[in-house]
Amino acid sequence: MTHRETRVLRVGALSRVEGEGALHVRIRGGEVAEARLEIYEPPRFFEAFLRGRGHTEPPDITSRVCGICPVAYQMSACRAIEDACGVEVGGPLADLRRLLYCGEWIESQTLHVHLLHAPDFLGGDSAVDLARTHRPQVERGLRLKQAGNLLMEVLGGRAIHPVNVRVGGFHRVPARAELRPLRERLLRARDDAREAVRWVAGFDFPDAAVDADLLALAEPGAYAIGSGTPAVLAAGAAAPPRSFAVRDFGRHVVEQQVPHSTALQSRLDGRRHLTGSLARYAISGHLMSPLAREAAGEAGIAAPGDGGEVCRNPFRSIVVRALEVLYAADEAVRLIDAYEPPDRPSADVPARAGTGHGATEAPRGLLYHRYTLDGDGTVADAVLVPPTAQNQGAIEDDLRRLVQDELRRGGPDPDTEALTRLCERAIRNHDPCISCSAHFLRLDVEHG
Amino acid sequence: MTDQEPRPRPRLGVFKFASCDGCQLTLLDCEDELLPLADEVEIRHFLEASGAVAPGPYDLSLVEGSITTPEDARRIRQVRADSRHLVTIGACATAGGVQALRNFADVEEFTRTVYATPEYISTLATSTPVSAHVPVDFELRGCPIDRGQLLEVVTAYLSGRRPDIPDHSVCFACKRRGTVCVTVAHGTPCLGPVTHAGCGAICPAFGRGCYGCFGPARSTNLPAYIPVLRRDGMDERDVTRFLRTYNAAAFEEPSVRESRP
Repeated sequence: MTHRETRVLRVGALSRVEGEGALHVRIRGGEVAEARLEIYEPPRFFEAFLRGRGHTEPPDITSRVCGICPVAYQMSACRAIEDACGVEVGGPLADLRRLLYCGEWIESQTLHVHLLHAPDFLGGDSAVDLARTHRPQVERGLRLKQAGNLLMEVLGGRAIHPVNVRVGGFHRVPARAELRPLRERLLRARDDAREAVRWVAGFDFPDAAVDADLLALAEPGAYAIGSGTPAVLAAGAAAPPRSFAVRDFGRHVVEQQVPHSTALQSRLDGRRHLTGSLARYAISGHLMSPLAREAAGEAGIAAPGDGGEVCRNPFRSIVVRALEVLYAADEAVRLIDAYEPPDRPSADVPARAGTGHGATEAPRGLLYHRYTLDGDGTVADAVLVPPTAQNQGAIEDDLRRLVQDELRRGGPDPDTEALTRLCERAIRNHDPCISCSAHFLRLDVEHG
Repeated sequence: MTDQEPRPRPRLGVFKFASCDGCQLTLLDCEDELLPLADEVEIRHFLEASGAVAPGPYDLSLVEGSITTPEDARRIRQVRADSRHLVTIGACATAGGVQALRNFADVEEFTRTVYATPEYISTLATSTPVSAHVPVDFELRGCPIDRGQLLEVVTAYLSGRRPDIPDHSVCFACKRRGTVCVTVAHGTPCLGPVTHAGCGAICPAFGRGCYGCFGPARSTNLPAYIPVLRRDGMDERDVTRFLRTYNAAAFEEPSVRESRP
């Protein structure tokens, strides 16, 4: 083969991602002509069938968009409906929501770090393969994941599609004593998470940098999880980030259809943007707990607010995710220690006509919901903007850049198999949740 | 066979159709059993967990998700042809799932609702269970499935017996758990009396009524139960919403579907 020829790198079914996607890279004359993350997950029409449902139903219904981050859907739905009804849920109920969300962060980020992403750095096709060479580390990951699941089971009833969340709060809140065994497990998880940060910090990271704008919720004095204001750190810009109100999300983040994806792609003020761990850490990393910040310093990835630089290397996102697991375990212990059962398990949220907006930080990034309700609470309109749909454009840019760099470095005819593996890694770096992103429709795709 | 050759292990496949990934995640949520299981079976197809994909035949295929596109209607027939035993996992594969709410609506209207350019669309008008397309050996209920029940099903097929999955109602599980009946004590609308057990009766233990995510129990008398829901404050629209969610029309079908032999 000569470098003048066209060649196509293609992975028909991406593995170790959630949902169904493919990638397609076309190289012509040693240059990347096209790089696409194709999302062919079948359509499921959530926004359509939410219409006509009651205002108490979206938390349970939208949790079914994603089995990997159901709590994120429940939390964004609750906040949007409460906003529409003019109710603010704060105090101990907000703390309990944050505690539940910590469980999902621990479980979901650990799943990616240990079971999906780590094999890219250490070899092997799966965590089962990895367990042959790194059994203690894989077992530690499974133990961590189990601790996150346990937290969701105690607070939510079950780990996937928890049943205890409702608009206004919870159906039932735990007594202090019920959280005690959980605390013991979380202390162990915190130690495991600390070790996991050390482990992944020692991986080999290729040089790379995403140049998208970074979008995450920000909150004074806290690492934002279940609340906050959208903040944007533009490429090349220094802190502080600019911000806008959640209710203005739809004016800043505009979804558009692209012909190779059943997910709609987004632009933030006309530019590609990235949401998720790298964005959160760049904007709020200095607000993690002292333990997590110390581990970050040791791992050579101190947050910008702590004297570090903004980490834009997508390969190193595994370190940031591991740090977020450590922080979530630490934060969960703090919340349990401070817990005083609220007087009532939920606030009243009487229906009224209006539109409400809600945004929270799903493990994979900012998840926005908007609902318009009739006077009796019937949903008249629903909009869900999941993180992976927002990230798709930035992921494609990243894919294009990595392949182009490799072509420059490795000459015009690098090994196709190695190049294809690099493409898969480029996608997996961003932990796309394709089930989430494609709650829309299938397209007929023309494969080049 | 020589001493060097490993004992052939049963071949497992995990396949996804239209779904949220939660039921196959349940397999990865078996944190204590995952690595021992991987020693007992050869995982040949499980895209969410592994980049290594090997062709059939599979001794046991676990299928998640409903059939919503022409391509998936073709693909499920291939999975069936490649599989000695095919088990559906969860409400989508077993009853069409929450996305089967389209079955009550005009799909063209749905596509216009979510998409700017509906002419690109290639989707079936309905979301249907796997059993509407191919014979199914066992249907595991739940949105999501229960981890313990999944392990029971996998263990049963690996040892050549039928899974021991009771098909009575959630009420039995509440009694066993010692949960006070939310309908009797508090007048809370609850689908427990007509819903298939398997979740462990979680919702009533958290003070809310069962919302039917495991679909209908084997023998129920739904018409007789609807007046109870009405008594507890639900109007006709509430009852319809309550019954038509995660298992679509399954509660309203005249006879409860039995798993096929």
